Amino acid sequence: MPSSVIEITVNGSEEEFIAKPGTTLLSALRDTLGLTAAKRGCGVGTCGTCTCHVDGEAVMSCLVPVETINGSDVKTLEGTTPPEGLSPLQQSFLDNFATQCGFCTPGMIMAAEALLAQNPSPTREDVVTAISGNVCRCTGYESIIEAILAVGK
Amino acid sequence: MAILRGRGYAAVNYPTGMNLGGDPTQALVHATTTGNFVVSLSSVDLGQGLKTVAAQVAAETLGLPYENIIVDTADTDTGPHCMGTFASRGTHRVGNAVIMAAQEAREAMLEAAAEELEVDAADLETDGTGFIKLKGSEEKKIHVVDLALAAHFKLGRTIAGRGIFLKERSYPEPETGKMDPDSAQAHACTVAEVTVDDETGVVEVLHMYNVYEVGRAINPAMARQQIEGGAWMGVSHALYETTEPYYPVREHGPRDFEEYLMPGPADNAQMTSEIIEFPAANGPYGAKGIGEMTANAPIPAIANAIYDACGVRLTEMPFTPESILRGLDELRARA
Repeated sequence: MPSSVIEITVNGSEEEFIAKPGTTLLSALRDTLGLTAAKRGCGVGTCGTCTCHVDGEAVMSCLVPVETINGSDVKTLEGTTPPEGLSPLQQSFLDNFATQCGFCTPGMIMAAEALLAQNPSPTREDVVTAISGNVCRCTGYESIIEAILAVGK
Repeated sequence: MAILRGRGYAAVNYPTGMNLGGDPTQALVHATTTGNFVVSLSSVDLGQGLKTVAAQVAAETLGLPYENIIVDTADTDTGPHCMGTFASRGTHRVGNAVIMAAQEAREAMLEAAAEELEVDAADLETDGTGFIKLKGSEEKKIHVVDLALAAHFKLGRTIAGRGIFLKERSYPEPETGKMDPDSAQAHACTVAEVTVDDETGVVEVLHMYNVYEVGRAINPAMARQQIEGGAWMGVSHALYETTEPYYPVREHGPRDFEEYLMPGPADNAQMTSEIIEFPAANGPYGAKGIGEMTANAPIPAIANAIYDACGVRLTEMPFTPESILRGLDELRARA
C-alpha cells in the first residue's frame, strides 16, 4: 500500500505530511509533528494517556490510523495550554495535587476537557465516567476527580 | 442474602533503607553565576517527588528561597553516586547527603559574603529571601545574585559543597543474630471498613483510615498523596491484582490493562489520613521513608474486615468474589 498525504488541523495550525499506511495519530503527533504531550502507554487503547480530541471528541490516538481522519480538526494537550500561564483545568490539577508521576496527566486533562466542553457542570458520576478509560497508578484518582469537579462548578 | 459490614485494622513497622555492603548516596551543590544553586544527584525521581524534597532540603539548609534551587539528577554516568531509589531510602539518604553538601556550600557562601562585605563570616546570617546580612544590621547585606557574580568574576571563589550519607555495613552477631539493618522505622495503622455481598462475593471498601508516623513530613501534601495513593494500591492488591489467578496454573492470566484488574475511579474508598511526626535522630530534619509501606497495612486490614463481616478468613491475595464464596460455602458446610 502506498503512503498517503495527510492534511489535518492540529491545535489550529494546518499540517500536511506523508504517512505510511497504518500510521497511528499518536505516532504522527509524536514522531512527525513533534508534539509529545500525548504519551504512548499501552499502545492498545487500554490506558488512555494518549487521549486527544478529533473534531471535539476524545479518542485514544494510539487506535486511530491517521489516514482515516484526513481533513479533521485535532487538539492535543499542547493546544489547551494558553500562551501565558495555565488553562483553568491545568491550574486546578496543580491546586488539587492531581498529579504524582504525571504520565497519565495529558490523557486525564484531554478526557476532562472533552467532558467539560459538552457538560460544563458535570456531576461526580459524569467525571468518573469520563475518565474511566484512563489509568492512573499513583494518585488513587480522588484528587483527579476533585480537580475536574472544581473547574466544573 | 445480605450485604454484610465489617471493620478490620492492621499495623506496620517499616524500615528506612538497607545496608547490603553499605548503603551510600552522594550529593554535590554549587552556585551558578546568577545565584541559583544546582543540586547534582544520581538519584531518580520516578514520580515520588524526590526532586521537590531535595530542593526543599537544600533551600532550608542554604537559607535561600526554594526558587533558587535547581535539582539536576538521573544521569548515573556523570552524577555523584547513589545506590538508587528503593527500600524507601530516597528522602532519608538523599536528604542527608544534600544537607551535608548544602552546609559546606553555605559556609563557602558566607565566607565569600564576608570578604565582599568586609565583615566576619561568623557574624553573617541568611534571611530566607535571598539576602546574606550582618546580624542585627539592615544596611550591611548582599543579595545572593550579586554575591554569586562577585564570587565568580571578582573574588575568584567557588561556592560549592560535597555531601555523602553512608549507612555502614552491618553484620549479624553470630551468637544472637543481632544487627542494625536499617536507619529508622516508620509506623502506620490502617482501619478498613468494607461490605461483603454474601450472594455475589463482591467486597467493597467503603472507608480507609490511615495514620502514619513519618518522622517529619518534609512536604505534607506529597506525604499525604503517597499515603492515599498507596492505600489505593493496597486495595488494588487486596481485591483485584494478580498475574496468575490460578497459580501455579498459569492460565487465565491477564494480558493487558483490560484484563489486569485494578480499581477504577468509580471504585474509590473514602479516605481519612493523619500524619504523626516523631523526628528520627538520623533523618534529614527528622524524616523517615514512607515509600513502600503505604501499600502494606491496607491489605491485612481489608482481610480482617472481610473476616469481621462474614467470618471468612482469607490468606491469599487477591480476595476475589470466588474465594469469598468458596469460604462461605465452607463455613456453611461446617455449621
